Amino acid sequence: MQTKKNSLWGQVFARLKKNRMAMMGLCILMALLLTALLADVIAPFPFDEQDLFATLEGPSKLHWFGTDEFGRDILSRIIHGSRISLQVGFVAVGFSVVAGGFIGAVAGYYGGRTDNILMRLMDILLSIPQLLLAISVAASLGPGLLNLMLAVGIAAIPQYARLVRASVLSIRDQEYVEAAISVGSSDLRIIFRHILPNCMAPIIVQATLGVAFAILIAAGLSFIGLGLEPPTPEWGAMLSGGREFIRDYPYMTIFPGLAIMITILGLNFLGDGLRDALDPKLRN
Amino acid sequence: MLGYILRRCAMLIPVIFGVVFIVFVMMYVTPGDPARMVLGEQAPQVDVDNLRAEMGLDDPFLLQFGRYVYNAVVHADIGRSYITKRPVWNELMTAFPITLKLSALAMGIALLVGIPCGIVTAVRQYSIFDNIVTLFALIGISMPVFWLGLLLILLFTVKLAWLPPSGFDSVQAMIMPAVTLGLQSVAIITRMTRSSMLEVVRQDYIRTARSKGQKESVVIRKHALPNALVPVVTIAGIQFGILLGGAVLTEIIFSIPGLGRLMVSSIEMRDYPMVQGGVLFIALAFCLVNLGVDLLYAWLDPRIKSQYT
Repeated sequence: MQTKKNSLWGQVFARLKKNRMAMMGLCILMALLLTALLADVIAPFPFDEQDLFATLEGPSKLHWFGTDEFGRDILSRIIHGSRISLQVGFVAVGFSVVAGGFIGAVAGYYGGRTDNILMRLMDILLSIPQLLLAISVAASLGPGLLNLMLAVGIAAIPQYARLVRASVLSIRDQEYVEAAISVGSSDLRIIFRHILPNCMAPIIVQATLGVAFAILIAAGLSFIGLGLEPPTPEWGAMLSGGREFIRDYPYMTIFPGLAIMITILGLNFLGDGLRDALDPKLRN
Repeated sequence: MLGYILRRCAMLIPVIFGVVFIVFVMMYVTPGDPARMVLGEQAPQVDVDNLRAEMGLDDPFLLQFGRYVYNAVVHADIGRSYITKRPVWNELMTAFPITLKLSALAMGIALLVGIPCGIVTAVRQYSIFDNIVTLFALIGISMPVFWLGLLLILLFTVKLAWLPPSGFDSVQAMIMPAVTLGLQSVAIITRMTRSSMLEVVRQDYIRTARSKGQKESVVIRKHALPNALVPVVTIAGIQFGILLGGAVLTEIIFSIPGLGRLMVSSIEMRDYPMVQGGVLFIALAFCLVNLGVDLLYAWLDPRIKSQYT
């Protein structure tokens, strides 16, 4: 028996299910989440276990992706690295969505001088290219997982602030908001109960693509040595470590890069699919 | 129109001021002592303290900031590098042309490949070519720049020995860096051209052109393309601004002494004047490119132009 899908999200998911690319993206993401959750169980070796008798070995039955210069199993490191990349991606984006969303909602709802000041501040941050901003913030915070998340997150705040502000502006003058104001709802209640839930669609799309971008930037920061310190199995740092061995042991760079690419690809598939599914112009 | 340009330029002033302030704050809270970096780990503390005082690093934050702004505005002086002792401006002017050349090449590749691919995929929507290019465009967007660079080195330098692994002074040396930096833009411009073209070919005036018996190639080239390219120009411009500031990773992989690599090494060495000047310069370039894009956009689309006058 077919269940009736009346809610907006039910309809969105029904549309998403028809999109093969988006479903593939969702599968990749699910597989990655499982890998990250079960890393200790599925990784054949501990990520930091060194075997100095088996350094720089190519892919074999024992070490599917080979070993690095310390004899650590690359597959296990990539599996454990998924934890870090997903964590950085989701936490950083969560942070920028909350912070940027708050700034954007306040700016859009109150308008006037508040809006002007907050948005000029966002303009300033936007005028520094995101990667450079993340690099500068990462340098001033120092290395470490939390700092890496913050650096990537701070650099993305203005995007969400702008997005939420634009959505709020388009919703603020709707009749149901006027109704809420006239029955005496507080500003906070109006923003959180009535306005924000109605501008979720663009935020979700942007955030999905944002997680991909955050993972890329975080890997880039680690690649230039501003992210996480060894022996943390971060994909970008692994690539950077494999760089000097590229001539003779290319698999050290190939596999971590592949892991990054598949992750980003999955998130982009899903983000694109969500955008189409949520686009009112393409509905039905 | 002139009034609009002047207004936009005037709006740049507070933004640039804000950028300087933010970078100043970031450098101020950054751990590590520039004086210690200059003198080395072994230097006695007295010398380090003296140098700190000489550099003005012991002064209160606002005094340091005020001095920087005063020198920049009144004397057009943004300081000297702690490390090389050369004026920051000269260092920037050595590195910038290299980054500009690299970004321009990358952008050239992006436009030359992206626009034709976008047009063909839109005209032949859902064909095999469309599917392949769309998939490759998604892969291009998902590919980490630094990984692509390493893979290219692996193939063209290590395996085939066709291209040098680094350098920037010959065409051969620039091929890999330009492709590495440009691939993402190729993908973005392809996608943008495709979706913009798809939107335009559904318009009534295109149907009119077809129904009067115009050849399909002329319809696409003369009627659809000019309008479809307007949003592509915007994206390409924004993308160019991003390339200028985002060439860091490419420059590091191919050992190219451009702006990005200069910034990263300056951050590592705690060379504050260099970092401040560099971020300021990149932000200014980024804003000017965006301003240029907006003007170009207005020039291409009369509907927008009419809003400014």
